[in-house]
Amino acid sequence: MYRILDAQFIAPGIKRFVIDVPRIAKKHQAGQFVILRLHERGERIPITIESSDREKGTIRIVVQAVGKTTYELNALETGGAILDVVGPLGKPSEIEKYGTVAVLGGGVGTALAYPTTAALKKAGNRILTILGGRSRELVLLEKEMREVSDALYVTTDDGSYGEKGLVTDKLRELIGKGEPIQLVLAVGPVPMMKAVADLTREHGIRTIVSLNPIMIDGTGMCGGCRVLVGGKSQFACVDGPEFDAHQVDFGVLMRRNRMYRDAEKESLERFQQACAGNGQGGSCKNGAAETAPVTIAGGKP
Amino acid sequence: MSPAKEVSANPVPMKERMKIPRQGMPEQAAELRVMNFTEVNLGYSQELARQEALRCLECAKSPCVDYCPVGVKVKDFVKLIVAGDYLGAAAKIREDNVLPAITGRVCPQEDHCEGFCLLHKKVDSLGIGYLERFVADYEQKAGAPPAANAAPTGKKVAIVGSGPAGLSAAGDLIQRGHQVHVFEALHEIGGVLVYGIPEFRLPKQVIREQIDTMRKMGVEFETNVVVGKTVSIDELFEEEGYDAVFIATGAGLPVFLNIPGEHLNGVYSANEFLTRINLMHAYEFPRYDEPMVGLRGKHVAVIGGGNTALDAIRSARRLGAERAYVLYRRSETEMPARAEEVKHAKQEGIDFQVLTNPVEFLDDGRGWLRAARCVRMELGEPDASGRRRPIPIAGSEFEVPLSVAIIATGTSANPLVQSTTPGLKTNKRGYIEADGESQRTSRKGVFAGGDIVTGSATVILAMGAGRRAAKAMHEYLNTGAW
Ligand SMILES: Cc1cc2nc3c(=O)[nH]c(=O)nc-3n(C[C@H](O)[C@H](O)[C@H](O)COP(=O)(O)OP(=O)(O)OC[C@H]3O[C@@H](n4cnc5c(N)ncnc54)[C@H](O)[C@@H]3O)c2cc1C
Ligand SMILES: Cc1cc2nc3c(=O)[nH]c(=O)nc-3n(C[C@H](O)[C@H](O)[C@H](O)COP(=O)(O)OP(=O)(O)OC[C@H]3O[C@@H](n4cnc5c(N)ncnc54)[C@H](O)[C@@H]3O)c2cc1C
Ligand code: SF4
Ligand code: SF4
Ligand code: FES
Repeated sequence: MYRILDAQFIAPGIKRFVIDVPRIAKKHQAGQFVILRLHERGERIPITIESSDREKGTIRIVVQAVGKTTYELNALETGGAILDVVGPLGKPSEIEKYGTVAVLGGGVGTALAYPTTAALKKAGNRILTILGGRSRELVLLEKEMREVSDALYVTTDDGSYGEKGLVTDKLRELIGKGEPIQLVLAVGPVPMMKAVADLTREHGIRTIVSLNPIMIDGTGMCGGCRVLVGGKSQFACVDGPEFDAHQVDFGVLMRRNRMYRDAEKESLERFQQACAGNGQGGSCKNGAAETAPVTIAGGKP
Repeated sequence: MSPAKEVSANPVPMKERMKIPRQGMPEQAAELRVMNFTEVNLGYSQELARQEALRCLECAKSPCVDYCPVGVKVKDFVKLIVAGDYLGAAAKIREDNVLPAITGRVCPQEDHCEGFCLLHKKVDSLGIGYLERFVADYEQKAGAPPAANAAPTGKKVAIVGSGPAGLSAAGDLIQRGHQVHVFEALHEIGGVLVYGIPEFRLPKQVIREQIDTMRKMGVEFETNVVVGKTVSIDELFEEEGYDAVFIATGAGLPVFLNIPGEHLNGVYSANEFLTRINLMHAYEFPRYDEPMVGLRGKHVAVIGGGNTALDAIRSARRLGAERAYVLYRRSETEMPARAEEVKHAKQEGIDFQVLTNPVEFLDDGRGWLRAARCVRMELGEPDASGRRRPIPIAGSEFEVPLSVAIIATGTSANPLVQSTTPGLKTNKRGYIEADGESQRTSRKGVFAGGDIVTGSATVILAMGAGRRAAKAMHEYLNTGAW
């Protein structure tokens, strides 16, 4: 059992948690993630570590409710607990002094990009950040990102905040203006990452993306997270999750992520029926208790 | 031992013993069991066990013992069954084998004890595995308490990985008075025994009972720790005060075929397929959250001929697959799976297509698997493994329509521990180098055993390595000599 020391919504359907996991806090490096399982009947889902505090032994995560497990997670509150948290998994980001780095965060992807951006800033890079979201509320972590950026731009699909348009529009503009961008880090929905990769390929700018295939163990054991990179199979949980965007086959990733769509839909519908009236995954108090009794980690093999 | 000649309790004259037929294992009917995940073999009754035990010839030279990788005193425990002393029989097995309820069920007996039983020369070999399982289950029901531990030594050992190698080492080390802490990457204890081998062959309850016993003996288990990521071997020594470490991380990395189409939806590694089912309970969706692609009425194939392959395809059958194939590139003689599993699989309607190898997975146009393009093989000269090498027959290509293909052609070493432990020597294939007798590695205080040293092998071999390591670790902890 891992205790939730704090849980707050930071945007509709997006919640930030502080979890007590000293072992993981101590070893965390930017770019790594944890896998968590809520209760005995839960699935294992990967979530990026947004930040960690070694002294306090805590990590912070930001979760967007998209399906059963993330809705159920976002129904947990301060004082609650998560059955299993394992990590830090994945390769840490490669932090070097590249010069000017453009960071593109789409929706909850911003939370995934934040720790790497902060590390890149610390390494002496000039950071140009472009945050995108469908609308104003879905532009996340603006304050935190601003602190580690030399310039920050916001785009929204509906123009409700910042400039109307896509993050790629802004990137194209910056490149056009002659910004000497050496590296692009793009984290967000797969279509966004693909669009960024297509743009930067034309301009020959090295681009890193953080991929989000379906995972189970996170240790290289199942092969379920395999992605096609440069024509070769790579396991995102151990070889990634960050990869050279120009080598990634995004089509395969999108297709494989849809593999369980019917079952996922069924799960979510059942869950939402069980806690009716739940708009953003926040009002279903005992979501975990509804589906299964919570038992002590390691208490039952 | 008293020098006096032991008197046999077996009332059946030698000549008559061979006339008793081998007692069959009561099992769930095939038509029923393809619809559930409960155990196929139901276990011997006392009567059946006694009847089977009476067949033993009590050979002076007992090859059954010599060919058991851990030297279980087969003749002696069988005699105790004949005498009706089942707990005594269990204790006798435990002298050499700490997980008899498991090995009795999953050892490839035909390659070990039973394969060399002298009865086998004339009639069917003795049902040693069935008897071992019988006494282990009997002991469990009787609730016999575990033997007491030696006085505490004050030494602390870390075991990395909770498969059979790690568990057996942990059991032996706690008994010798050391403090034992087992680290496991997954959320459940047991390694392949829980995430690989399905419920219908090895019920989780059996493993749980073994682990509960170990907990009672004082072994500490910590799940969700990936050594090499969450904590390194060096940190275990320097920061957490461990005096010795045993690495038993198995050979869990799936190997793919590297043929076109492997990224199509519907193509799985056996590890993923079995993990979803066993560890994550996908067969109980939606009671459990883990999903599985629907298999009902579908055509499914597994590629490979080992235990893993059969476990996967028999699971697929239980999930409703209408056609279930084993595609294996050699002939049935070379198939590494346990004989009993092949028999059971056939009873369950699994279609064995031997001398068949897929060369490509074909797309249905929407990114899902439609079929496997296969080629027929013939056997040529023996290769390095001593088995005859399969050679493709030109022009023999054909298609097998499939919705799901499961690749079970082998696994390799997971590099997480090796790559984060300076000075730990590995061989060309990435397995840890360890001494065959003491299981010592190139790093002082670090021992390794099981599949991470040998490559994918068997439960009993992993267990044997765990026991040798425990013995050598005990010596090292006492003397400090390396
Ligand atoms: C390395 C990595 C880091 C991630 N970090 C974050 C993060 O910081 N915050 C965040 O909100 N989300 C993150 N995700 C995505 C998150 O894991 C998925 O949203 C979550 O698993 C969905 O589960 P669900 O049951 O709620 O939804 P489902 O209904 O199961 O699925 C909804 C979508 O999520 C994807 N998905 C389903 N199961 C998994 C799984 N086991 N692993 C990965 N994806 C899955 C599916 O493709 C599907 O499109 C990350 C994913 C990866 C791989
Ligand atoms: C599907 C299947 C069926 C089989 N059937 C049979 C059979 O019928 N009979 C038979 O004799 N053998 C069978 N085998 C083989 C047998 O299971 C293995 O040889 C045996 O389990 C090896 O034991 P082990 O202890 O070395 O490793 P494993 O059982 O693989 O256990 C290793 C453990 O270490 C953990 N681990 C790995 N890396 C780390 C890390 N970095 N930190 C912490 N923990 C870690 C893993 O999660 C795992 O729990 C089968 C194997 C499979 C896959
Ligand atoms: S441990 Fe396995 S090989 Fe040894 S006697 Fe028992 S069943 Fe046979
Ligand atoms: S070889 Fe067979 S018959 Fe002889 S003692 Fe062993 S089990 Fe009994
Ligand atoms: S999640 Fe299983 S190998 Fe990556």
